[in-house]
Amino acid sequence: MPMLNIAIMIPFIAAAIIPFLYKKLSIHIGWIAFSVSMALFAYLLSFIPAVSYGETFLHTISWIPSYGIHFTAYLDGLSLILGLLITGVGSLVIFYSVFYLSSKESLGRFYTYLMLFMGAMLGVVMSDNMMVLYVFWELTSISSFLLIAFWYQRKGSRDGAKKSMLITVTGGIAMLIGFIMIYVMAGTWSIREVISIAGSFTEHNLFIPAMLLLLLGAFTKSAQFPFHIWLPDAMEAPTPVSAYLHSATMVKAGIYLVARFTPVYGGEGIWFWAVTGVGLFTLFWGAFHAVRQIDLKALLAYSTVSQLGMIMSMFGIGSAALYFDYSKESVIYTQATFAALFHLINHSTFKGLLFMVVGIVDHEVGTRDIRRLGGLITLMPVTFSIAMIGSFSMAGIPPFNGFLSKEMFFTAALTIGDAGFFSLDAWGALIPILAWVASIFTFVYSAIIVFKTFLGPYQEEKLERPAKEPPAGMLIAPGILAVLVVGIFFFPNVLGEYLINPAMSGVYPTLATTADIGVHVSRWHGFNMELWMTVGIIVLGTVLYLTKKYWSIVYTLFPAKWSFNTLYRFMLDQMEGRSTIVTNFYMNGYLRNYLVYIYSFFILAIGGTLIYTGAYKFEISGNAPITSFEWILVFVMICAVVSILFAKSRLTAIVLNSILGYGVAAFFVLFRAPDLALTQTVVETVTTVLFLVAYYFLPEWRKEDAPRKSRNINFIISILVGVVFTVVALAVQNGNLFDSISSYFENSYELAGGKNIVNSILGDFRAFDTMLEVIVLLIAGIGVFTFIKLKAKKEDESIEDQ
Amino acid sequence: MYKPNNMILQTTTSLIAFILLGFAVYLLLAGHNSPGGGFVGGLMTSGAILLLYMAYGIETVKKMLPVNYTMLIPIGLLLAVGTGIGSFIFNVPFLSHTFGYFTFPVFGEVELATAMLFDFGVYFTVVGVMMTIILTIADDQ
Repeated sequence: MPMLNIAIMIPFIAAAIIPFLYKKLSIHIGWIAFSVSMALFAYLLSFIPAVSYGETFLHTISWIPSYGIHFTAYLDGLSLILGLLITGVGSLVIFYSVFYLSSKESLGRFYTYLMLFMGAMLGVVMSDNMMVLYVFWELTSISSFLLIAFWYQRKGSRDGAKKSMLITVTGGIAMLIGFIMIYVMAGTWSIREVISIAGSFTEHNLFIPAMLLLLLGAFTKSAQFPFHIWLPDAMEAPTPVSAYLHSATMVKAGIYLVARFTPVYGGEGIWFWAVTGVGLFTLFWGAFHAVRQIDLKALLAYSTVSQLGMIMSMFGIGSAALYFDYSKESVIYTQATFAALFHLINHSTFKGLLFMVVGIVDHEVGTRDIRRLGGLITLMPVTFSIAMIGSFSMAGIPPFNGFLSKEMFFTAALTIGDAGFFSLDAWGALIPILAWVASIFTFVYSAIIVFKTFLGPYQEEKLERPAKEPPAGMLIAPGILAVLVVGIFFFPNVLGEYLINPAMSGVYPTLATTADIGVHVSRWHGFNMELWMTVGIIVLGTVLYLTKKYWSIVYTLFPAKWSFNTLYRFMLDQMEGRSTIVTNFYMNGYLRNYLVYIYSFFILAIGGTLIYTGAYKFEISGNAPITSFEWILVFVMICAVVSILFAKSRLTAIVLNSILGYGVAAFFVLFRAPDLALTQTVVETVTTVLFLVAYYFLPEWRKEDAPRKSRNINFIISILVGVVFTVVALAVQNGNLFDSISSYFENSYELAGGKNIVNSILGDFRAFDTMLEVIVLLIAGIGVFTFIKLKAKKEDESIEDQ
Repeated sequence: MYKPNNMILQTTTSLIAFILLGFAVYLLLAGHNSPGGGFVGGLMTSGAILLLYMAYGIETVKKMLPVNYTMLIPIGLLLAVGTGIGSFIFNVPFLSHTFGYFTFPVFGEVELATAMLFDFGVYFTVVGVMMTIILTIADDQ
């Protein structure tokens, strides 16, 4: 039984059922979602023992076998960590949201979207097939879009949702192209198989483009610089959504992708610098901008950006381990990956907690603006305690889990700073410095969260509601996370041994077989560089926090319009504006212009082909001689054609036109086509009559008052079209590639019993064409009939408007 | 179109129209072996009827020829498509035609071909469409 595949599908099934249950059930619909999520969490927990022994699980359901696309669920340490986060934090968030969202909201919709998202996210982390991974990847983008715009009545929600959709989907499509390139190189969609032959296609031309496209997908999803701009705007979503999607799960999808493809690309200089560099800069940029925020959720958004940058940079550093194949030297760099995975878990715990706390504050006092908050410590002591645990963990202060991962981050940064490859001897020293500076800012904004919200004067007049503790149900989920934050600090090795070390072998499949890359986390590592760095952070951070109002002038140095948001809006506006201009330029509604385009294209395409292939040469020596009758007829017809152009009245033009028609009939006679001549004569007569009938209704003949320029263009184009046609007609005579099949039809009397070959062809050999032509006539007749008989009378309503 | 008291036109029309109709029917029937056929025969027939309309006016001709021309279209189409479908009965591909020679008391040996039936279909459709178009436009004064 492919239980894993079913586990991925269960949230989707729940999402399908919830809207029906929502109407029927008397209990809160959130409990259904909660039980689904808890069941999945428990199910994934049951894999821990096996996975910690290095086992992996693989189940395949064929989806599109002819293209090698299978719904393959693969569970190893890395997938398990993310799977547990998704379901675990998911359960807590759902539990929290049961109390957070009022029952007046359309909860059915909310939990449907949330379940969709959970299923998509599980699919992303457990898919082995790149195509299926992409499918789930886009599903997370879509469900996230739906969740951000949950309060679709608000403009901010819609804008934020649109922004996140545009950015993440752009990255997703880039990633898809990267996947396809990898498929071209490796010949398989399966990530495991790609990893198993990693290194065999590093010389391929597509190797680097595929890497960059993949990273683009990962960076947009994980809100790395400069694609981080969607994340702060996504804070328009309900707070449980922010806690779940934008701190614990979706933004980790990009990080998961980087970790997953590290065995393929790790050891490459470009990969190292792209991931580490972008990660570090994002770390700094996010932390730097988080400090200036006045909205708690925006602050947390920037802090999420910053922390994701930190995790990303650690994965970048860890990828350096693959630079040395199978050597003991590389083990030291693998510790960065351990730190990354460790911080991945830690960040999910404390950031989920912090979002929930902010949600509680917002829910209880009706604002998230830190200028209006303050002094809540006595009124909301439990919330304060939880918030303090989360913030201090984020700042990297013992005894919380953030401290451990931050120390390991510094270790990694210092180690890589001393490495001598990837031109690190020149730039490597910057890495620990940037990391350290960013951590100081992290400390400052963590302090802001706690102290600005809970300490200081209590300003009740600025709040919408007087502060009080929330219902116990709302405190349970952040409480559990707070316990985890502290618990992981005291027992980090439980997590390390059972979850992270097995995940390490997912990131370093070859290395894990030759060397022991497990890491034992020690809470106390002696007085070394990392510890002094932390001390420096606390001291400098405190100073910066206390003097914030003096130096925050830094933020005004750059004008506000110089942001990436402005760039994004500018690009969007420009794209809309420019495309409108371009479209209006050529789609101007004049049929004349469209004909000019069509004919110009015809001239360029056909004439160009003629010149390009040299097919314009022709030979007329083999043609039949031209008789005097034909000369006369042609002369008459040319006269008629030229006269039409200069005709002063419509009647003249009609009559001249019928001269052409009868001239053609005469030609049919000369060229021995009696049936055609007969038909042409009668049809020409009838059309002339119809022209005259129409003429009766037409307005006065007016001289076309087109500007001279467009008349000249028309003249040139018509001459060119004529030339091209003539050349084609003359050129085709050269290409007599095979004999005519007309000799077959000469047997018409034996085959069809008719002496008239034309009629036999029309009525017997090729009667199908005739039948359809008769139907064309029918349609024309019906068309004229309905146009005239069924048109709306003046008093009637216009039929077209109905 | 119609002018009262146009005696020369009306008198000649009564003669010419029949010649035209006869020629049209000849074209239709002779099509298989000589120039002609359902299409041009149909056009010629419509020409003859139109001449009647021009000479005698719409009301008179409607009494003379109480034919709903629009109905001729589906009739013709059914005939044309029907000959095609009929070939299925004999387990041959769509629109397979056949012919044979038969001896009749008066005409002697005559060739009959199913392609002729098809041509009849074309003929009726053409007459129907042409008359529908022209009469609809003419009615819309």
